Amino acid sequence: MSYVPHTDAERQQMLAAIGVTTIEDLFEAVPASHRFPSLNLPAPMSEIETAAELQALAEANEHAGDFAIFRGAGAYHHFIPAAVNHVLLRGEFYTAYTPYQPEVSQGTLQAIFEYQSMISTLTGMDAANASHYDGATSLAEAVTVALEATRRKRNKIILSPAIHPQYRAVVRTYHQGGNLKIVGDAGRADIPDLLDMVDENTAMLAVAYPNFFGQIDDFAGLAQKVHDAGALLVMVANPMALALFKTPGELGADIVVGEGQPLGIPMSFGGPYLGFFATREHYVRRIAGRVVGETVDQDGKRAYVMTLRPREQDIRREKATSNICTNQGLMALAACVYLSLMGKCGLRTVAELCYHKAHYAARQLDALDGFQVDMSKPFFNEFVVKCPQPVQAINDALIEKGIIGGYDLGQDYPHLRNHMLVAVTEMNRKEEIDALAAALKEAPEEIRS
Amino acid sequence: MGSWKTPEDLKYTRNDEWLRIEGNVGTMGLTDYAQDQLNDIVYVDLPDKGDTLKKGTSFCAVESVKAASDIYAPVSGKITEVNQALEDEPELINSDPYGKGWVVKFEIADPGEAAELLDAAAYAEYCNSRE
Amino acid sequence: MTEPLIYDISVPGRCGVSLPGVDVPETPLPTELLRKELDLPEVSEMQVIRHFVHLSQFNHSIDKGFYPLGSCTMKYNPKINEDMARLPGFAHLHPLQDDEGAQGALALMFQLQTWLAEIAGFKAVSLAPAAGAQGEFAGILMIRKYHLDRGDTQRTKILIPNSAHGTNPATVTMAGFTAVELPSDENGDVDLQALKAVCDDTVAGMMITVPNTLGLFESHILEVVKTVHDCGGLMYMDGANMNALMGVVKPGELGFDVMHYNLHKTFSTPHGGGGPGSGPVGVGEKLVPYLPGPVVVMVEDGTDDEPPLYGLHMPEKSIGRLKAFHGNFGMHVRAYTYIRINGDEGIKDITRYAVLNANYLRVKLQDTYHIPYNRYCGHEFVLEGHFGDAPDIHALDISKRLMDYGIHPPTNYFPLIVPEALMIEPTETEDKQTLDAFVDAMKKIAAEARENPDLLKSAPHTTPVSRVDEVRAAKQLVLCCRPIPEWAG
Repeated sequence: MSYVPHTDAERQQMLAAIGVTTIEDLFEAVPASHRFPSLNLPAPMSEIETAAELQALAEANEHAGDFAIFRGAGAYHHFIPAAVNHVLLRGEFYTAYTPYQPEVSQGTLQAIFEYQSMISTLTGMDAANASHYDGATSLAEAVTVALEATRRKRNKIILSPAIHPQYRAVVRTYHQGGNLKIVGDAGRADIPDLLDMVDENTAMLAVAYPNFFGQIDDFAGLAQKVHDAGALLVMVANPMALALFKTPGELGADIVVGEGQPLGIPMSFGGPYLGFFATREHYVRRIAGRVVGETVDQDGKRAYVMTLRPREQDIRREKATSNICTNQGLMALAACVYLSLMGKCGLRTVAELCYHKAHYAARQLDALDGFQVDMSKPFFNEFVVKCPQPVQAINDALIEKGIIGGYDLGQDYPHLRNHMLVAVTEMNRKEEIDALAAALKEAPEEIRS
Repeated sequence: MGSWKTPEDLKYTRNDEWLRIEGNVGTMGLTDYAQDQLNDIVYVDLPDKGDTLKKGTSFCAVESVKAASDIYAPVSGKITEVNQALEDEPELINSDPYGKGWVVKFEIADPGEAAELLDAAAYAEYCNSRE
Repeated sequence: MTEPLIYDISVPGRCGVSLPGVDVPETPLPTELLRKELDLPEVSEMQVIRHFVHLSQFNHSIDKGFYPLGSCTMKYNPKINEDMARLPGFAHLHPLQDDEGAQGALALMFQLQTWLAEIAGFKAVSLAPAAGAQGEFAGILMIRKYHLDRGDTQRTKILIPNSAHGTNPATVTMAGFTAVELPSDENGDVDLQALKAVCDDTVAGMMITVPNTLGLFESHILEVVKTVHDCGGLMYMDGANMNALMGVVKPGELGFDVMHYNLHKTFSTPHGGGGPGSGPVGVGEKLVPYLPGPVVVMVEDGTDDEPPLYGLHMPEKSIGRLKAFHGNFGMHVRAYTYIRINGDEGIKDITRYAVLNANYLRVKLQDTYHIPYNRYCGHEFVLEGHFGDAPDIHALDISKRLMDYGIHPPTNYFPLIVPEALMIEPTETEDKQTLDAFVDAMKKIAAEARENPDLLKSAPHTTPVSRVDEVRAAKQLVLCCRPIPEWAG
């Protein structure tokens, strides 16, 4: 099947109007030597057969619909109210383009404006943009803003090693063409160690909140010291944690970025997600990406429009600080609908459920012989547990019992070999947590035999 | 023929900046022609006091709704004063480009560099040639 | 027509979800670390649905009507795509699932990589980039690393024709290169003399859009490629316009070294009101080791009884990660579905009919509007939106007036080399009746421009809002409707 509606008769009429005999005649500018190559693709397939093939592929995966899942590390299995998906499936939203023409895009524009407002509220920042691709690219763009805000006079940034390893990798990818010095994450470094690295050449210091290990670090005095050095404080935050914990604004952050996936977006094997980006008024005009502002139309009616446009790539061309054009519009809409449904009470309730269940799980696991949970700092819904055997072997044993275990930290942190990062959300019932504890208790013996 | 103001006592660049020289102190801004082309200016990304200017090199930018434009140093020097009023009222460049809309004052490094700049008549002709 | 903000219909105490109670013993919250309050709306589920349905009705969309937005390929987005991406086995799959537990997803990605490589004639494809702009960025970073690895450090320039997408120069700067703009000749092609004049050992490569943003296939493409290759540079093709090329020519066979695809243009994944997109990159032999990762590889061949084993792999000299995890997988599922249903014949038809539709509109409008560079076009063409005998009317006015006819305006003021440009891309999924209605509307507007120009200047008249005050929006920035309380900021 194809989605081309033309009948043979219509094709003939159109060709006649153009004055050619066949469609092929229209391609005369393409070098004849390379024109109409063979195309080795499968034959067309019906919708019935295609759906069956995709269903088989989908079912070949071990997913959170069939398994109890305790894996997080940047992507979380949270509850998504049915209404979110129904709004996303409105063709008026998902088959529209970027709202360049405000008169016929007020739906998208107002939804983004509401999303920006909610992100500002969550983070305690003055303004947010319409989104970046994901949490990692949002951090990479924050680096650019910090370098611009310090007028390219500073070329060093400090990244906490407790920021998601893949986010740090993305910062390196984005800035490999410049002369940026990235320090802080080579080994183990806590907040005071990072502060010791701040100097007059430092454009920014970035920390995670909660950090990659689920912990809430002590940020007392951090912002003051970073600001005294003329640098920016960037926080990579989990938006679900922000329902419960102090706003990054209260903690003195200048830019807050993070992954919006927990806000109504399915895990979907890693994307599409939602990079949120919020900042203080002082830096608003340096934000990359799209921003929606409120204004009025010719009749004085309230209206919304993309603003701060001159900084964008299509106008500023080689002087633009980022080439971003498409963002994650539909994912921002998902977060906006999700936050509307959850509201003041619902989001706090979900965050508390995560907190209580994670702490219950931590206690259960810590009580097991050979397992030890790191309780040295307060944590939200993820924690580190030291295991008696390699994490991979334990996870292999867990999957046999219908459980997707935690993330193997040894992959990224050599000193954390045999340490598992366990995530617990409102989706994990008590029975699942108890089953995890029971399975872990038996795992060492099963692995040995 | 356009009707842009080009005061006689100033020097001009082909990037549409003006320069007033008083001793070794330079004051500069955007010309009437430049503000007219840009239309409603909504933001000026001002430089810092103490920044070094290098002739022909961009040191700050102005934004209107649909465009952004760099401002280039007409001659080299060191910035001694920045027009902070533009932070809140960037439209001063539109309303009074040669007066309240000045951008920076600076210490001129090499007065000889100014010799290459256009005088008012040559600049007016240059503006008209682009219409 | 306006809709109140969701915050404005909030009623204290209301909530749009029902949540379970705590089924584990509670743990005291660390009070000294908690925030004071959370300023989110308090609304019921029905209020939320009505609010967003009202908002949706303010949008123009492909599902509602014709959307000939040039360079954006606003084709029909098949509904089956959405259902497939939402299958639980895809939607609820964790990105860090062990490879063994994600074989279905990895097999899909591997197959999509293979199909995309075949369609454009490349050796390998990475699905990692999250959007076209990121694909471009990846491509230019690969070119950079390729030269540096060979110790070729003096190459600092990337050549870009003046008809290029705005992203191209911005991308070049982000990657640490200098963009050098090339003029077009009188046919809308790259000026070969100018190209030859700048090609030397400081050129790292060239970025070119094929067909270019005038919708024209570069007449001397092989010579352009050869000229750049001869000076040691690599060729980047912006694949945003692949809808004009499938089954007609393979960029890899023309000599291009790297190209990005826009799954949200050519392969029918929805534009989503501005994303998510997906911008895979394809490369020739030279650049395979530099692909952004991870890519999906076949770890073990299949047998008669066992399917192959797939795994994620970071290419040996990779430019690195572009985002966390492995690209916008949900978009991969949609593109896979689309290619599977279309098959070889369907894919060829997409291009054939996209080009037929564009040429039909071009011919039907050429007597009413001035079309510079008027020759056979690809999937789109550019006309001038103004008339000698109606000097006050600009392309913008025509655009706004089209809205009153229920049609989304074409792309405005781009490419920059055509004054008052209107860039029109009908796509293959529009039928002849829709195209004819568009031609009628454009002709009526041309008549109105002479008879009643005010009708155009004050357009649109039938939309939820009239023209908006962009100066006010940019000057008095209002980006948030909830002032941040003292304690929170």
